[in-house]
Amino acid sequence: MFAYMLRRIVYALPIALSVTVICFLLVHIAPGDPLSAVAPVDAPTEVIEALKRAYGLDKPLVVQYGLWLGRAVQGDLGSSVATGRAVTGEVLGAVSNTLLLAFVAACLGFLAGCAMGGIAGYRSRSVLDRVVSALSVAGVSVPHYWLGMVLTIIFSAQLHWLPAMGAGPGGSGAWTWDYAHIRHLILPAVTLSVIPMGMVARTVRALVADVLGQEFVQALLAKGLTHRQVFFHVVKNVAPTALAVMGLQLGYLLGGSILVETVFAWPGTGFLLNNAIFQRDIPLLQGTILILSLFFVALNLLVDIVQPMLDPRMRRS
Amino acid sequence: MFRFRPRHPLSTPPAEATGAAAAEAPLVEVSDLTVEFTGSRKASAVNGVSFSLPKGRVLGLLGESGSGKSVTLRALMRLLPPRRSRIGGRILVDGQDVLALDEKGLAHYRGGIASMIFQEPILAFDPVYTVGRQIAEAVRAHDAVDWATARARAIEMLEHVQIPQAARRYESYPHEISGGMRQRAMIALALSCRPKLLLADEPTTALDATVQIQILLLLRELQKEFGMSVIFVTHDIGVAVEVSDRLAVMYGGRIVEEGDLAAVVRNPRHPYTAGLLASTVTPGLRGRRLTTIPGAPPDLSDLPQGCAFAPRCAFASADCAAAVPPVRAFGQAGRLACFHPLESAVPGALGPGPIAVPTA
Ligand SMILES: Nc1ncnc2c1ncn2[C@@H]1O[C@H](COP(=O)(O)OP(=O)(O)OP(=O)(O)O)[C@@H](O)[C@H]1O
Ligand SMILES: [Mg+2]
Repeated sequence: MFAYMLRRIVYALPIALSVTVICFLLVHIAPGDPLSAVAPVDAPTEVIEALKRAYGLDKPLVVQYGLWLGRAVQGDLGSSVATGRAVTGEVLGAVSNTLLLAFVAACLGFLAGCAMGGIAGYRSRSVLDRVVSALSVAGVSVPHYWLGMVLTIIFSAQLHWLPAMGAGPGGSGAWTWDYAHIRHLILPAVTLSVIPMGMVARTVRALVADVLGQEFVQALLAKGLTHRQVFFHVVKNVAPTALAVMGLQLGYLLGGSILVETVFAWPGTGFLLNNAIFQRDIPLLQGTILILSLFFVALNLLVDIVQPMLDPRMRRS
Repeated sequence: MFRFRPRHPLSTPPAEATGAAAAEAPLVEVSDLTVEFTGSRKASAVNGVSFSLPKGRVLGLLGESGSGKSVTLRALMRLLPPRRSRIGGRILVDGQDVLALDEKGLAHYRGGIASMIFQEPILAFDPVYTVGRQIAEAVRAHDAVDWATARARAIEMLEHVQIPQAARRYESYPHEISGGMRQRAMIALALSCRPKLLLADEPTTALDATVQIQILLLLRELQKEFGMSVIFVTHDIGVAVEVSDRLAVMYGGRIVEEGDLAAVVRNPRHPYTAGLLASTVTPGLRGRRLTTIPGAPPDLSDLPQGCAFAPRCAFASADCAAAVPPVRAFGQAGRLACFHPLESAVPGALGPGPIAVPTA
């Protein structure tokens, strides 16, 4: 088991390294000159050259990458072109907001998806099953930002029940678990939870229907277990795969949050990324993408490690 | 590892069965059992099956694939999908009306009074729980004991079915042990709460020939030791001969012939039984020509009006196609549903005299 974990971690390293390469190259692949945001278009060549030296852009690409990586490992991702503040600080603040939103949305989506999928699986091919299937297809295919705007119109503009913007009363500010802050979380979290809910519901439905069709369920009943006791067996059979699907969804949630954060002005990485793109703030863009991608790699690693812990059939290999 | 005791199944039945047991009420009484599947796959799988089984006896239920053997067993366990099947008739086991049991009654009945072992042990165990834990769970379902006690009893049962290193095997997952061991563990599970009736649905079909014999011997031994009644489903007449006291032959969801093992095997009366016996490879028959029954088994969603075997029967006449032959008593303890029963030894069927029982 320990060897397996170690192997997984070792396998994840080259992936993480490729991620850094791609993030670094992003600046050079992207159309336009990275200096255009800093220097005026008609700047004299000497100024451009000086700026290039200042940003290290005159050195060969490999050297640039090495220097950049060396600093990144130490937590220095440069400073934002727009605000001049350290990218690391900006990104970490945004990451914690995004994680909060994504985590709450994931929990909501997972619980609702499991409930829906479980009911549909137990009542497969019934009317209820079809309703759940339709809902989950809708959940997976409806555009986030559209749903976000519809919810805002209904619950903020019309009913005035919930705020539509920001992460807390009076603009930004640190998050606390009180009523005033949680009110701000509800709409974006619900909006973001719809996709994982649909995915989890479909997965759980298929898994539950499959498990219930297996002979061992008959055997469990045949030894005198009640349906309630058999239910726990079903849960244990379904859990590893359902959790793995959820773990991967969590990764997509981090990416998917970009539009939702923009719709609700939620101060997370998505919001930050959006600003960075429109302001051509390359160091900020680079840093944000790097941290999000590494997070994704770590999440996959976690899924790979946790799943066999839950499923004895996967432990041996 | 296990004692090999050659049996002589064709000798007279054991003394205890004829005297005392005959006066007692039978453990199992099935009358006019019908099972219909509704929904997308419509089928009349069982069409009026009646039989009774005294305490401590073994009934072999023999028939081709699709004749309704498994469905009959599942009806006895009430394991058929309630929303997609309709069960008719009456099933009495140990004085209980099985078809009238509620959820609580069923939980007590299943595993406590009647237990079942399945054809494919790998499919019958939950893959994410250890084998031992699943046995302990059965113990706890019927007795109010803690996990430690249940575990001790599970290990004891594993030893009882001759699984070496039972305490270690307790911790094994189903996929970690061999097919033969799994079936032994399944037997341990089924017998862990001392049921009075064991339903075995082709428990050796999925196993190697040598393992098959070991499991059959083990089952026979445990049956004697626990004094259980057993209904043993098989389509292998050699296996049926090895374990049964009585034989019932099923065709098209009906029992077409039933009787003491020796009588049925020596002197089959129903043309289908005779055909089945004639198409079986038996060492004693070496040199004799093997015959097969022409034609295909009946379509259960569209059974003929008369005898289901008539289209394949060499002796069929017009009356066979007109009505289902009623079940009549025959000989000493036999029953038969046929308008044209065979008299005695018929060419193609087994002749009189000793029959070698296949043991390997
Ligand atoms: N759940 C079900 N729904 C619909 N039809 C079923 C169902 N289970 C069994 N049947 C039908 O009932 C008939 C009898 O099946 P059964 O399993 O009892 O046969 P069997 O005698 O045990 O055969 P085998 O030797 O192949 O196990 C088959 O034609 C089968 O298609
Ligand atoms: Mg069967």
